[in-house]
Amino acid sequence: MSRASLQSLARGKLLPAVLGLAGLVVVFSPSSAAPASPVDRTLRLEARSFEYSPSVLTVNRGDRVTLEVVALDVVHGVHIDGLGVEVTADPGQTARLSFVADRAGAFTIRCNVTCGPLHPFMLGRLSVAPSDTPWRVVLLAGLAVLFGARLPPPRSPVRGASAGHLAP
Amino acid sequence: MTRYELTRSPGVRRLLQSRWPQLTVQAVALAGLALVIASALLGTPVGNRNFAIVMVWIAWWAALMLVAVPLLGRTWCSICPLPLPGEWLQRGAVLGPRGRGFGLGLRWPKRLRNLWLQNGAFVLVALFSLPVLTQPRLTGLLLAGLVLLAIALSLVFERRAFCRYVCPVGGFIGLYAQAAPIEVRVRDATLCAAHATKTCYTGSEKGYGCPWQVYPGALNANTYCGVCMECLRTCPYDNVAVNLRPFGADLSEVKGRGLDETFKAVLLLGSGLAYSGVLLGAWSTARLAAANIGSIDWLVYAAGFLAFVLVLVPAFLLLALRAGLWLSGSRLDILRAVRAFSPALIPLGLSLWIAFSLSFLFPNISYIFPVMSDPLNLGWNLLGTAGLGWTPYGPALVPLLTVGVVLVGLAWTSRRISATAESLGGRAGLALPLLTAAFVMAAGALWLLVF
Repeated sequence: MSRASLQSLARGKLLPAVLGLAGLVVVFSPSSAAPASPVDRTLRLEARSFEYSPSVLTVNRGDRVTLEVVALDVVHGVHIDGLGVEVTADPGQTARLSFVADRAGAFTIRCNVTCGPLHPFMLGRLSVAPSDTPWRVVLLAGLAVLFGARLPPPRSPVRGASAGHLAP
Repeated sequence: MTRYELTRSPGVRRLLQSRWPQLTVQAVALAGLALVIASALLGTPVGNRNFAIVMVWIAWWAALMLVAVPLLGRTWCSICPLPLPGEWLQRGAVLGPRGRGFGLGLRWPKRLRNLWLQNGAFVLVALFSLPVLTQPRLTGLLLAGLVLLAIALSLVFERRAFCRYVCPVGGFIGLYAQAAPIEVRVRDATLCAAHATKTCYTGSEKGYGCPWQVYPGALNANTYCGVCMECLRTCPYDNVAVNLRPFGADLSEVKGRGLDETFKAVLLLGSGLAYSGVLLGAWSTARLAAANIGSIDWLVYAAGFLAFVLVLVPAFLLLALRAGLWLSGSRLDILRAVRAFSPALIPLGLSLWIAFSLSFLFPNISYIFPVMSDPLNLGWNLLGTAGLGWTPYGPALVPLLTVGVVLVGLAWTSRRISATAESLGGRAGLALPLLTAAFVMAAGALWLLVF
């Protein structure tokens, strides 16, 4: 087998396989991030049309979290994607939502009570640390670039002539 | 690249040549548009309870971005109801060339035969998008305004001037239709060259000359083909085919790409990023400013949005391209390089818009069921779903899908960048800065949408 054939084989089949394997390692390798000792954490979350304050909440994995949700104008709610917990808050009253943040990652907070025109865009975020998901995704993005860039180019990379014809 | 001709089957060819199936779907779409406008103007002002807002910006947008554009290219344009009243008036007929139409039939001004007007229309709509997305009256006025504009342009200019040169969504669909695995092309271009009357462009008793002002014999990309099937009807040699093809077959085509089309690819990539941050990011400052039209906050937002999509993103990509030329020692003209590399951005741009649409669709899809039962907010319960509450679907699935789609788009764009650099005779250095830029933009989008 010639050197060119070997290079072609490496580029065409071996490299994608290696990159695919690396991708699996990135996805399935156990997390090295050590969580802090869980604590009871009470956080105040103010809701007004159409924003939460603070817009990003950060807790540690394992924390027993109590959100004190205060609606400042009309009825608002809190639904946390992925954790499946929710609460409704009447204006002027404090509603409490307790849960254990047992999964690391970023979870979208949404208002679950129609509160006005921008209601579907009343969003916040709960960040449960430590999460190495962002780094894994960055690594996967790097592998995606390598995978795409090192694939053999299509047979006719750039056609200058009219492509109105069907290929034979 | 291999193709499979769908119209090889006589049944499929007859189905596509017949006007009835297309007209039936167009009639349904037109009735839907009428209902949407009526609901927008007469129904509840609460966006997520209004049929128009939910059906246009959740159901239609998701169907367009997740299915129609990636898989069927510009097929939506063949049934889009917006230009139909104008086209029917212009033709004086609904079913084939038999009536005497209205209108001046002027040619579209030469200076405007490009995508710049569409690029401007897209930016304009994008600037006002949040109020339009959430306020039924504005959605109704926008759609009615587009129908009226299409009628006016049909009565003044020939063919589908509105679709080809003005429609802000049409430009968007046209760009990303190049990635779709379907195309209308001629079988044998030499037959077209020898055909003196060019009925595909001039029309015949069987059909109209190409409404999109495209000569099918020279068609080399999906960008301007509206898949209307008129050329299938008018070609006397059955030389026009509808083909299945590999995804992104047009992306390697560089001939005929102007700066307008090049800029569109950059504009839509930047807009996809900006939308992800403003509409779906956790930080509400920009979102509230975007909704508060006319305020100082909105002016600041508008200036920031324009600076981002018109200056920052293009400058970033241009810088990467210049760095690539410098690293590789290439003497390639920068404008030629810009034109050659711009199609490579299409997969990443499309994937960002799909990811954005996924992130918006799944949490809001349950709004569809109540409005289907009571489209005019009259207290009806046609399907028994009027009382269904909001339920976010797939909260665990959406981030995975989002990451997966963006990674596929990034890999695909990387492949195109690499292949284009190779075809231009550049060494790895030519591609490296652009690959880095694509990586940065994809990572930025994922940070906005997922983290």
